[in-house]
Amino acid sequence: MDFASFFSKNLPYLLAGISVGGQYALIAIGYTMVYGILRLINFAHGDIFMVAGLLMIYSTTVFPLWVSIPLTIVVTVILGMMVEKVAYKPLRSAPRMSVMISAIGVSYLLQNLALYVTGGLAKPYPAIPGISATVTIGPATTKWVTIITPFLTLLLVVLLMQLINHTKIGMAMRAVANDFETSRLMGIQVDAVISMTFIIGSFLAAVGSLLYFSNYPSVVPTSGAMPGLKAFVAAVFGGIGSIPGAVIGAFIIGISENIIKGAGWTTFSDAFTFALLIVVLLVKPTGLFGEGAKDKV
Amino acid sequence: MNKDKMINGIISAILLALLFGLVVLLDHTLPTTGIAMTVLQKCCIYSLVAVSMNLLNGFTGLFSLGQAGFMLLGAYTYGILTIPVDARPSVYQYFDGGIVQFSVPFWVGILAAGCVAALFAWLIGLPVLRLKSDYLAIATLGFAEILRAFCQWDKLGGLTNGSNMLRKYPSFNTLLFPFTVSVICIAVIVLLINSSYGRAFKAIRDDEVAAEAMGINLAHHKRMSFCISSFFAGIGGALLAMFQTTVQASAFKTNMTYEILLVVVIGGLGSVTGSIIATFLFYLCSEWWLRFLDSEIMIGAFKVPLLRPGFRKVVFSIVIMVIVLFARKGIMGDREFSVAAVRRWFGKHRSSGSEGKEEKA
Amino acid sequence: MSTQSAENTNILHVEHVTMQFGGVVAVNDLSLDVNEGEIVALIGPNGAGKTTAFNVITGVYEPTNGLVSFRGTPIIENHPKGKMKKLYQGDAPLSYDKSIVKTPDRITKLGIARTFQNIRLFKKMTVFENVLIARHMRSNANFLSATFRLNHAEEAANREEAMRYLEMVGLADEKDELATSLPYGKQRRLEIARALATEPTLLLLDEPAAGMNPQETLELAAFIREIKEKLHLSVFVIEHHMDLIMEISDRIYVLDFGKLIATGTPEEIQNNPRVIEAYLGVGDEDA
Repeated sequence: MDFASFFSKNLPYLLAGISVGGQYALIAIGYTMVYGILRLINFAHGDIFMVAGLLMIYSTTVFPLWVSIPLTIVVTVILGMMVEKVAYKPLRSAPRMSVMISAIGVSYLLQNLALYVTGGLAKPYPAIPGISATVTIGPATTKWVTIITPFLTLLLVVLLMQLINHTKIGMAMRAVANDFETSRLMGIQVDAVISMTFIIGSFLAAVGSLLYFSNYPSVVPTSGAMPGLKAFVAAVFGGIGSIPGAVIGAFIIGISENIIKGAGWTTFSDAFTFALLIVVLLVKPTGLFGEGAKDKV
Repeated sequence: MNKDKMINGIISAILLALLFGLVVLLDHTLPTTGIAMTVLQKCCIYSLVAVSMNLLNGFTGLFSLGQAGFMLLGAYTYGILTIPVDARPSVYQYFDGGIVQFSVPFWVGILAAGCVAALFAWLIGLPVLRLKSDYLAIATLGFAEILRAFCQWDKLGGLTNGSNMLRKYPSFNTLLFPFTVSVICIAVIVLLINSSYGRAFKAIRDDEVAAEAMGINLAHHKRMSFCISSFFAGIGGALLAMFQTTVQASAFKTNMTYEILLVVVIGGLGSVTGSIIATFLFYLCSEWWLRFLDSEIMIGAFKVPLLRPGFRKVVFSIVIMVIVLFARKGIMGDREFSVAAVRRWFGKHRSSGSEGKEEKA
Repeated sequence: MSTQSAENTNILHVEHVTMQFGGVVAVNDLSLDVNEGEIVALIGPNGAGKTTAFNVITGVYEPTNGLVSFRGTPIIENHPKGKMKKLYQGDAPLSYDKSIVKTPDRITKLGIARTFQNIRLFKKMTVFENVLIARHMRSNANFLSATFRLNHAEEAANREEAMRYLEMVGLADEKDELATSLPYGKQRRLEIARALATEPTLLLLDEPAAGMNPQETLELAAFIREIKEKLHLSVFVIEHHMDLIMEISDRIYVLDFGKLIATGTPEEIQNNPRVIEAYLGVGDEDA
């Protein structure tokens, strides 16, 4: 099979992969930033993403789009901050395992809450004009969201990098990620930095959910679990703590899993992600762009 | 001293015998398909699973999230090996009756379930157990997901029946059966924990560097704990398969592991009796006693607010969060409920009047 | 005094050991020997690399370069390889080609036991269990025979042994208390009991007198000599308390910035101008 025919055959999957990759990237940034600062796998992050999807569904039944989109984003950000304040902050000096269990508990709570609110019914996701419309590129028919996602993702990442590299709060974030205790001693408001991290993470998850669910007919309470885990894998793959790493990792995972689906191996598209995770952890635990761990005996 | 030990032993034996008597009695009085029966059966099975997870997470300090994967292996091994030969064509209707053309007695199936799970644990443990805390957790979780994908793969359909369910294998309809199997397995785990090897596991949990300096081979002991825990998770999976009478890979999701982990945490990491108590509380409440939270209740013309399907789970999750945040040691901490502990507790109260409140077992 | 007959039987041999963390050379070209029946001390200011040397000898760290052998068999041998070779900043010659690194548990099994500078007891276990753990490695039971109590004779013997070591350090009365509930000094003694229970022939003590007053330090010195004689041990000790070192050691090695700067008997060390410059001035202020 020559390249051209391979390309045209796989173009729909490639496009879908790039799009999903961008959406994973937006979630993965939340994981990687939180891990960088708190050394915590925020298991609830995927569920916050799912809640953002439900918020959008419920708010569009009441408000017009130009109200419900910002409303969804704001409420998601508040939720993300609240989760940190209620479930992680009290455990700051507890062993890492306790915090992780707390994260799993929050995930369980959010899913059950969603189950209760939706009554277990799949809720159809509203069409968002402009991004839900279909478009044809060569042999592939897809939605506009597929085209928009990678560009929007890259734009947001560039803005985020500017924030981290050129503002005072960004500098504080880098300092806290580097050395939590010393930063505290140097007078950095560690709690404010952590809140900021959760705000950014939740904001990006909310934007990601707008894009992601536009591609799917409906949202169910477990909708966030798998994308969440995959985004986390992307973060590990790119080198946990590194934002560009997470973005590149997310695109690679998004594209690979769609190519695998295209090849008729759908059963293994999720398994592939985890296999990749295990290989990375064993061969290069610091990921593509991660820094070496500094463990003391 | 020794006399005390003997009295404790005798009382414990009597209590256990009474418990067995109670189980036999329940078997004769409760309707076989009633809710009480099903929930109690489920409690017995999940007690074993929770204790096996505690052996790894609570006693060895290895944070693994692969429990659902090993249960899946156990359930599938049991199903595949015990479906009667004449029932195979109808079960494996899309795969020409499957490739396994023999069937073994149920108890061989249960043992094989444990062994297969332990074998896979050994293989997975080779690379994965080198990882630390949260990385170990996510890698074991990943392996569980990969195992699930393989079980659903249609190329393996002759063995696993693809994404179709396994059924028609021998199951049980008494409480005595799951109760007995769980009691035996948990007893073995308790014996292990209190042996020299159990102490080595706890040493690894408390301080890896010091444990190694005491001559404990970390890799060897971690792998052993991982395999033994998985062995019992596999048996738990086989029991679950018998309980459900059908098995499908899609049911063994990560959420199953999360739920068991939360039960273990509620009971107390490092307490066997804590895990058992928590399992019974958790499933009795969630599947039976708190069912009313899921149905709309009218008091006269007044409709009790909030009550509708799903509310039970919400209440539950909030209780769990409260325990995780405010009662971090769970119900039992790392103490055990035993006749000796209860007697000591009473003894203390008698001697020190009504004052002594704290007690370490 | 105790060294005459045993002078020739070398038990621990450390040769050209360098331990480098990134660009920091924590131990540079360290060579030393401990002979049968000796008490040897390793001293030096804070951060001189003493604990790092212990960690290399006990297999916690893999050295960048060098050789450690115990009773004639190499237990650790290494040389910088690949990228590390270019980054290597130590002074030792790169003449080792094998790569043997025994894990800490294997080294303990061979007969080297240690205590830790920052006490590392098993926190959720009793005093007795802490010592009993050390007997695990010496027992023959596998997990099945241990689980089903087929090893009860051995287990009983182990319990007796553990009790014997607790009595030796005077902690028999506290045996059922939680290890971490003991006062500091007793925790140190428990660490020693635990190390002794692994049946070592060489005992490494990492600052055993840290946090002790002069009276306790004297008692400790007597205790170290006593167990040395009773259990036929050789002792290798890191210490800050000069009075303890001068009291008990047969020979002393002085480490400064990762390098060996002097070696000799206590008298020789006390009169060595380099040592006085590098260390004893500071040491006097400490004491």
